[in-house]
Amino acid sequence: MSKQSLLRAENVNKSFGAVVAANNININIDKGEKVSLIGSNGAGKTTFMNMVTGYLKPDTGHIYLKNEEITQLDPRIITQKGISRSFQIPQIFEPMTAWENLLIALGTSQKKHSYFKNARSKENGDFIDEILNRFALNEFAHRQVSELPGGVRKLLDIAMALVRKPDILLLDEPTSGVGAEEKYPLMDTIAKALSGQGLTVIFVEHDMDIVQNYSDRIIAFYQGAVIADGNGSTVLNDSNVKKYVTGKTEVKAKL
Amino acid sequence: MSEKLYNNLLFQSIFLMSFLILVGLLIPNWLVFVITKAIAYGLVGLGIITLMRGGLVSFGQGFVFGIGGYTAGLLGTQAGLTDAMLLLFVSFLFTGLVGLIIAPLLARYRDIFFAMLSLAFSMVLYGILIKIDAIGGSDGFVLPESTYFGIKPSSEYADYVLYVVAIIMTGFISILLRYYYDSTPGLIALAVRENELRVEYLGSSAFNVAVLNFTIAAGLGGMGGALNGIALGHIDPEFTYWTTSGEFVFISILAGYLSVPAVFLAALLLELVRSFSGRYFPDTWQLILGLFLILSIIFIPSGIGSFFKQFFDRLKKSK
Repeated sequence: MSKQSLLRAENVNKSFGAVVAANNININIDKGEKVSLIGSNGAGKTTFMNMVTGYLKPDTGHIYLKNEEITQLDPRIITQKGISRSFQIPQIFEPMTAWENLLIALGTSQKKHSYFKNARSKENGDFIDEILNRFALNEFAHRQVSELPGGVRKLLDIAMALVRKPDILLLDEPTSGVGAEEKYPLMDTIAKALSGQGLTVIFVEHDMDIVQNYSDRIIAFYQGAVIADGNGSTVLNDSNVKKYVTGKTEVKAKL
Repeated sequence: MSEKLYNNLLFQSIFLMSFLILVGLLIPNWLVFVITKAIAYGLVGLGIITLMRGGLVSFGQGFVFGIGGYTAGLLGTQAGLTDAMLLLFVSFLFTGLVGLIIAPLLARYRDIFFAMLSLAFSMVLYGILIKIDAIGGSDGFVLPESTYFGIKPSSEYADYVLYVVAIIMTGFISILLRYYYDSTPGLIALAVRENELRVEYLGSSAFNVAVLNFTIAAGLGGMGGALNGIALGHIDPEFTYWTTSGEFVFISILAGYLSVPAVFLAALLLELVRSFSGRYFPDTWQLILGLFLILSIIFIPSGIGSFFKQFFDRLKKSK
């Protein structure tokens, strides 16, 4: 365990009947790391993410955030302690505008609430405008989110998770459902919005080009177990990763 | 008159309350009584739309309506407390407290389970009330005449004075509720309605929202029951019966959850339909009410409140 250890999973196991979704997982993630989780469908990436955020509880093992055990805590408490997440299918409040979605995200992050003060205050508005600006969402601010394109909905979902200023941000397939030509602009916007905050980012991704370009560490999963963990070139050239994850004979890392 | 004052919720509400109080002097006594009853039912409906904003609908608000009515009645007959304002206030507090006690159980359930559990509470209370002869059993009992700051108004003005008290107390409660709806916790309740899981992942508790909203709804329901009992001068177990609860749901659906005044308008419509169909189409008022509800759901699915919201949104844009 390093001094900067932020998130630690120790001997974590999880099964759904006969299916082993997490097989003795040991992962240590330091502050500021940009980590991608790769693996084929059903490899255990999302199960790991769901256990870290409290949606699923491990059968055995322990998960620590800043050396405090969070294994059995509920998602709400884990969020309050510093882990936020976005979703593969954006979980946003459909009948509301993007601005209102962020207002609610801001409201949930505030420790004290007044029951008789209008939430649409200038102070809150300025903060939301800054977030919208950071994610290049200004032009969509007052549009109902159900009308917004997929990439914008993804950005809004991530922006909502970021409002709380978490220590760790988990992104579940940030580019899924987005057209090939939109992926890089989307990831550039996300990377720019997250830069300079010392934020630890963990993201699940299937696109290996995205993985290589936007993460400084890759963890590969196969049948619930971690089969490789390291920098891009090491992991993507690992024989097991080639065999079970990428299906490629040789990968030239861009990092 | 400055634009700021014109836009001020408190100013608008006081203006509306003053207008209604003056109107009460000009309209016939039977209409004053109908409006007072509509306010009583509207208070319960207001509680249901508070729940609806958090994604819940109660089918059993007759439970709190009955508790409020019996609280006011028993305080009047057993403790000699006849001040209408005090009775309304105590009923609000007591029923709110009852609501707070059972809310943690109800808040564990959603959708039809929440609705039916709330209905079950009202049916249990109905079953108990009709068996207790000491408080009139199925016949209920008569409430003593109300006083106001120790003064008993003449029978000619009794309905009007209660109407004024109802307008003022309900007016200020409506203002407080509007503030709550527009506050951060009020918006979080709306978010729970849309996506409870996301609210939890943003760090807020959907359970706490449900507990708070049910407690508010209980207090309002109790106050409505007390007002209805005082207006009628009589209380009986029908207050808690499932058809009474159904009328509250009718009001809430007709009003929608977007506007506070719409709830009282919907309650007034219910009372008027009931009064007129009772007079011109005896024993068929449920038929009229049913047709009215069908048309409402088809043509204004978001309720009367959606008209109000559209109107005010257009007004803001035009400015």
